[in-house]
Amino acid sequence: MLKKRKLGRGVAVVGAGMSRFGMFKDMDSKDLFVEAFREMLLSVDKGVDPNEIEALYLGNFSNDFFMHQAHWAPIISDLIGVTPKPATRTEGACASSALSFREGVFAIASGFYDMVLVGGVEEMSKCSTAEVAEGLALATVPYEGKVGFTFPGVFGVIGTSYFAKYGASREHLMNVTIKSHNNAPLNPKAQIPYSVRDLMNAKIERIKQKGRPLPQWKDEKDFLRDPSANPVVAWPMNLYDCCPISDGASCMLLVAEDIAKNFTDKPLYVAGIGQGSGRGFHAAKSLTSFEATINAAEEAYGMSGLKPEDIQFAEVHDCFSIAEIIHTEDLGFFKPGEGYKAVEEGLTRLDGPKPINTSGGLKSKGHPVGATGTSQLFEVWKQLRNEAGKRQVPNKNLRFGAAHNLGGTGGTCTFTILERR
Amino acid sequence: MEERNFSDISYEQYLNENKLMGSRCKKCGVLYTPPRALCIKCYSSEMEWVEMKGDGKLSAFTCIAVGPPFMIDEGYDRNHLYCVGVVELDEGTRVDARIEGVDTNKPDTIKVGMPVSVEFLHRGEGEELMTYLAFKPA
Ligand SMILES: [Zn+2]
Repeated sequence: MLKKRKLGRGVAVVGAGMSRFGMFKDMDSKDLFVEAFREMLLSVDKGVDPNEIEALYLGNFSNDFFMHQAHWAPIISDLIGVTPKPATRTEGACASSALSFREGVFAIASGFYDMVLVGGVEEMSKCSTAEVAEGLALATVPYEGKVGFTFPGVFGVIGTSYFAKYGASREHLMNVTIKSHNNAPLNPKAQIPYSVRDLMNAKIERIKQKGRPLPQWKDEKDFLRDPSANPVVAWPMNLYDCCPISDGASCMLLVAEDIAKNFTDKPLYVAGIGQGSGRGFHAAKSLTSFEATINAAEEAYGMSGLKPEDIQFAEVHDCFSIAEIIHTEDLGFFKPGEGYKAVEEGLTRLDGPKPINTSGGLKSKGHPVGATGTSQLFEVWKQLRNEAGKRQVPNKNLRFGAAHNLGGTGGTCTFTILERR
Repeated sequence: MEERNFSDISYEQYLNENKLMGSRCKKCGVLYTPPRALCIKCYSSEMEWVEMKGDGKLSAFTCIAVGPPFMIDEGYDRNHLYCVGVVELDEGTRVDARIEGVDTNKPDTIKVGMPVSVEFLHRGEGEELMTYLAFKPA
């Protein structure tokens, strides 16, 4: 059922910034957020006085665990000169900054503020891989964590369930990985700016230098089939099905619609905004769908009056390859059980009819969890304003783009549609 | 036994006693595993304990190479994968569980839909006793 909810007044995005994503020894959360904030200021075409920012909403999942430091909103607020104005942290696991965006939208729509900064930050790379896995597992459902489920394991279960139901296989997951990695070299901020073929060739080069026998990989898929190159993490999720460990920050400047043109001639408008909650496998409606996404989509489509076919491109939360397929079905882009075929047919490529994850996606752009939501919207901002450079969607008349963000194992999902008028 | 709270703590105590228990709403009849104290269909709090037979089928699974510390302590690693999955019980509800008695090196041989039956994996003793819910091919 589509719900016809409306904002109290319109909200526009007039600036956006994103740090590079990666593993940075010499930069911490504060440095990364400043990098994103400075880019945001420069992105406001007619300029903005940062003193006009009335409040900060900051997404952060678990720097508490990763960095042993909590309470990040006032830390960041001071850093960018917002103190003593309100600074609020939002937490929805990997969807934390999509929630900050949403809270910012509501704060303006209510009429209380005219300008707020929303964003997110996460710093994960100072932890070992095992520590990161433990930290992320804090966001699984208790019954799952208790019997030994990891994050990749949860998506492994979704994978075997999907395979059994629709006849897909690991070969189809490889199409997702190859497609997303083809976009990454076109994104200067991507953590892994290489195609799978580049990565394969680099591996062959390293093997050559060590004087070891050369592998006989015919193509990228052959490379991905080889467990020595692409080992199992949680079958059927192998290494190349999983996003990397990342540090990063992102932010956006939101203003009331009626003052948007004071800042830019090309503002984006919030056309639809939705959120939903989900639950563990024991109670979920389906093992091949996220009910939180479906609720978020219903809210966003209902508010905007748009249909899935109106969304010209989207960032979706591909923390694992199977997840991208599921989301494109839950969001209505493809019918249930047909998402994997759409990837195989090239429909989601940059030059396809429904480009998905033009940024390279979480898989190759990186996934500093608390920063991901607004970084996905950053990509939508770039594309809709025709500023995405080499990865610009080759459609001259882009009007609607969207971002889907998933937290934990589907406990929190959001769907946000931006519009260029 | 009817005295126990309909809680995760009780659920785990029952597992220690080799019992897989759910709760059923006395008002509308919906069954829940793990147990709930509040029926989310009719919002009644009048629940009763029901023991599950322990038979079901495997709805989905994964074989994990990189596990959490407590699984690593049990000897699992990249060369010794463990299987966890979701089991749909004959009574119609689902539970998360470890899946034993399958070849985790050959995940293709583990079949979604295969019949499984319950097993209780006890670890530690006395106050430290805890039990993993597990299933093995029936
Ligand atoms: Zn009831």
